[in-house]
Amino acid sequence: MHNKTLAQISQDLQAGEYSSVEVTKHFLDRIKNLDGQYNSFITVTDELALTQAKAADELRAAGNANEWTGVPMAHKDIFCTDGVRTSCASKMLDKFIAPYDSTVADNFNKVGAVSLGKTNMDEFAMGSSSESSFYGAVKNPWSEEHVPGGSSGGSAAAVAARLAPGITATDTGGSIRQPASFCGVTGIKPTYGRVSRFGMISYASSLDQGGPIARTAEDAAMMLNVMAGFDKKDSTSIERDVPDYRADLNKSVKGMTIGLPKEYFSSDLDPVMAQTIQDAIKEYEKMGATLKEISLPNTNLCVPAYYVIAPSECSANLSRMDGVRFGHRCEDPKDIEDLFKRSRSEGFGDEVQRRIMLGSYALSAGFYDAYYKKAQQVRRLIKNDFVAAFNDVDVIMSPVAPSPAFKFGEKSKDPVSMYLEDIYTLSTNLAGLPGMSIPAGMINDLPVGLQLIGNYFDESRLLNCAHQFQNATDWHTKTPTGLK
Amino acid sequence: MEWEVVIGLEIHAQLATKSKIFSGSSTEYGADANTQANIYDLGLPGVLPVFNEEALRMAVKFGLAIDAEIGMKSVFDRKNYFYPDSPKGYQITQLHEPIVGMGHIDIDLGEGKSRRINVTRAHLEEDAGKSVHEGFDGQSGIDLNRCGTPLIEIVSEPELRSSKEASAYFRKMQSIVTYLGICDGDLSQGSMRCDCNVSLRPKGQEEFGTRTEIKNVNSFKNVERAIEVEIERQMDILEDGGSIKQETRLFDADKNETRSMRSKEVENDYRYFPDPDLLPVIIDEEYVEAVRATLPELPEQKKARFEAEHGLSAYNASVLAANREMADYFEAAAEIAGDYKMAANWVMGDLSAALNKNEISISEIPVSAEQLGAILKNVKGSDISNDGAKEVFSAIWQGKGAGLENPVDQLIDQLGLKQVSDTSAIEEVVAQVLADNPKLVEGYLNTPEDKRAKAIGPFIGATRKAAKGVNPQVVMEVLKQKLSELG
Repeated sequence: MHNKTLAQISQDLQAGEYSSVEVTKHFLDRIKNLDGQYNSFITVTDELALTQAKAADELRAAGNANEWTGVPMAHKDIFCTDGVRTSCASKMLDKFIAPYDSTVADNFNKVGAVSLGKTNMDEFAMGSSSESSFYGAVKNPWSEEHVPGGSSGGSAAAVAARLAPGITATDTGGSIRQPASFCGVTGIKPTYGRVSRFGMISYASSLDQGGPIARTAEDAAMMLNVMAGFDKKDSTSIERDVPDYRADLNKSVKGMTIGLPKEYFSSDLDPVMAQTIQDAIKEYEKMGATLKEISLPNTNLCVPAYYVIAPSECSANLSRMDGVRFGHRCEDPKDIEDLFKRSRSEGFGDEVQRRIMLGSYALSAGFYDAYYKKAQQVRRLIKNDFVAAFNDVDVIMSPVAPSPAFKFGEKSKDPVSMYLEDIYTLSTNLAGLPGMSIPAGMINDLPVGLQLIGNYFDESRLLNCAHQFQNATDWHTKTPTGLK
Repeated sequence: MEWEVVIGLEIHAQLATKSKIFSGSSTEYGADANTQANIYDLGLPGVLPVFNEEALRMAVKFGLAIDAEIGMKSVFDRKNYFYPDSPKGYQITQLHEPIVGMGHIDIDLGEGKSRRINVTRAHLEEDAGKSVHEGFDGQSGIDLNRCGTPLIEIVSEPELRSSKEASAYFRKMQSIVTYLGICDGDLSQGSMRCDCNVSLRPKGQEEFGTRTEIKNVNSFKNVERAIEVEIERQMDILEDGGSIKQETRLFDADKNETRSMRSKEVENDYRYFPDPDLLPVIIDEEYVEAVRATLPELPEQKKARFEAEHGLSAYNASVLAANREMADYFEAAAEIAGDYKMAANWVMGDLSAALNKNEISISEIPVSAEQLGAILKNVKGSDISNDGAKEVFSAIWQGKGAGLENPVDQLIDQLGLKQVSDTSAIEEVVAQVLADNPKLVEGYLNTPEDKRAKAIGPFIGATRKAAKGVNPQVVMEVLKQKLSELG
């Protein structure tokens, strides 16, 4: 049952092959039996899931079911879910029970999906390895020694380990795509403003975007259909019709122009990785797409711009975690200053504190113009590069990350090498474009993803390209060795 | 040395929107602590601000009323600082691109004199909560009800030159915002608060002296007092050859002194940056014009009209026009009475005295404008005397008109205040009085011409005693006539 895709489970439920309670119990049992080795969930909501499943079965019996009724899924623990701990993998929010639903969680509740629980991640989504969680590191189902990527490592690992067919995630600089690549699953970060950020705990407001991680493009499309849409509770969400993301999946890619940024395929790129990606892109050529070299001249500015903007925004976004109204509060504060300082020093992990300090510095008087303002100007240039490129091409393809999954501890001691993990993914966040990662090969028995970057609101095209690739290849069907 | 005083004011006015500036919570007050605070005001993880358009409209209205540049694009910034009653750890405000740019107002300096003061800017921001330091046994309580209440912060140019000008400016701002209906102007409830920037410079010097900022002064009188004691303090230091420290000070009204709160050098670096959760606010001419169409008559215009149309003195016109409710009350009463000067004298005299005595505002007055108008109409028609009018006014004030269908007329009857002005009726009474008091008449006739005016008094008393409610003026005339006929 767990090897079925989300779309297949949806069909089976509609066909009465099994009930929502049965499939929900099956996944809950798997999580219980297997997640000890992956640590991909922070909270498993057994009771709630079974209540939802039962209600879904009743709806179906009454003839009021839709394709989502009773389909199990899960949420990254960054989405507030009413009455359930929402920790962002931080000690700071270890005891925070959200009193409201994020719009994304609410959307899934409304269509009758069953939530199995909340998945592990890098603390406050800051990281590329899911090692910085207060609840311990997430393991990559493909190899115990390797990280699953981050920050949505729990979502990607759980999907790869067949603990849930689809899980929500968020992407600020690559946090959906890079773990999807490392775990051999499919993930899409939509255009900025496409998915409501209401109730999604902010890391960097102008870059954060929610999206799904699943095993196939079709499943991702099915989830995005639920997630996408204007939300008046989020001023940055965009009022624009949401297409049916499954409608274009079967379109041919014949005649499509694929842009290959020369800066992404430079001599710095590992030759094995380059070969793997080029092999994948050849599949598109076979399907009738044409390739075109393009240039994104400001690519080298992405990492520095990102590491000014994201920490700056997070330094303010995380200020509300002050120990006064919710979250961790230190013991016996001697005054308010002491309460602030110790609560935050104890509640936040090293990487979070590092980014808060980076951002506070970049925003401080006298440095603002040289850092934050400059970074915003650079951001405009990066965006312009893409706008120009999309005049000539329909979709851009590249590696997701410089390498397949790395080993635990390999980069966690060296923040800069960790930051460079996102070198191919950051640009789409800075430009606000949609980006996707699909399984496209293996290097040393570890999966490698191909990144697809689309024009604004062109998610349908990305999903179409991904689906066509998955029709032609079987990388997405590969199962981690030894997986039960 | 002769010193010149330089004062600039920053006034915070709470906007009278139904809901908060970035959330749908109510802006009602007086509720139990934290009952008006929802997930937004608590700054819970994941919540996002959504700008309340009503606050925008009010701010634009204010900008138009002070003839200011309107920011067609305005941007919200985050002002970062930790304080327990600031739940997000930052305040959303507007730093570089405010909604209202340079404008001006004319302040009234008494005796019909006025002076133009430039207003640098006015920007939108959110109010913080309140810290409560009493009753928590060494700890502090936090009440977040006020959190997120929309404010406009109105910043003047440093053009005010005395404490009197400063309070006149503050008064005028209160008058404008209440006229516009964008703020209730209630200083005692903190709806309007004022920070005063004060410095001195040798007369003739262009460069400003070092200033201090007196925070949160909460009444017109205290603005004057705070500035006066601060001027004195600074002058003492400067005269002694010392220098002023740039700092924030607090006015202690009980001790009548200002004292240091914190020094600017150690003040926070607020690390302002544009709030990425909010888009820039873009408006167009059409929007501005639509708001302009809703502007009411403003105090300046009203004052001019009172002088021109109703013939009021500049002083009366400016006092009556200063408060919109007072002005509306006056006009409604005057129209019914058919006498604007009489109504003006009444509103500024007896009515204002009664309000002061009872410590209530015009909005709480128990006598309606229609009732005062009806009373004055009776005076105007000589149906009652001015004293009679006072009696009816006070009877209605005391609630004696309650339940009456037509309280003014009925109370005039009940209290027997109706004057008899009919000459022939009065002639009859007077004839009777003269017939009944031959000794008085004799005494009067023996009084020399030049002292008779005084000697007529007892006849008036006797006439009014014989016939209640006779118009004393008519009585006087008839008496004079009859007595002169007797010799």
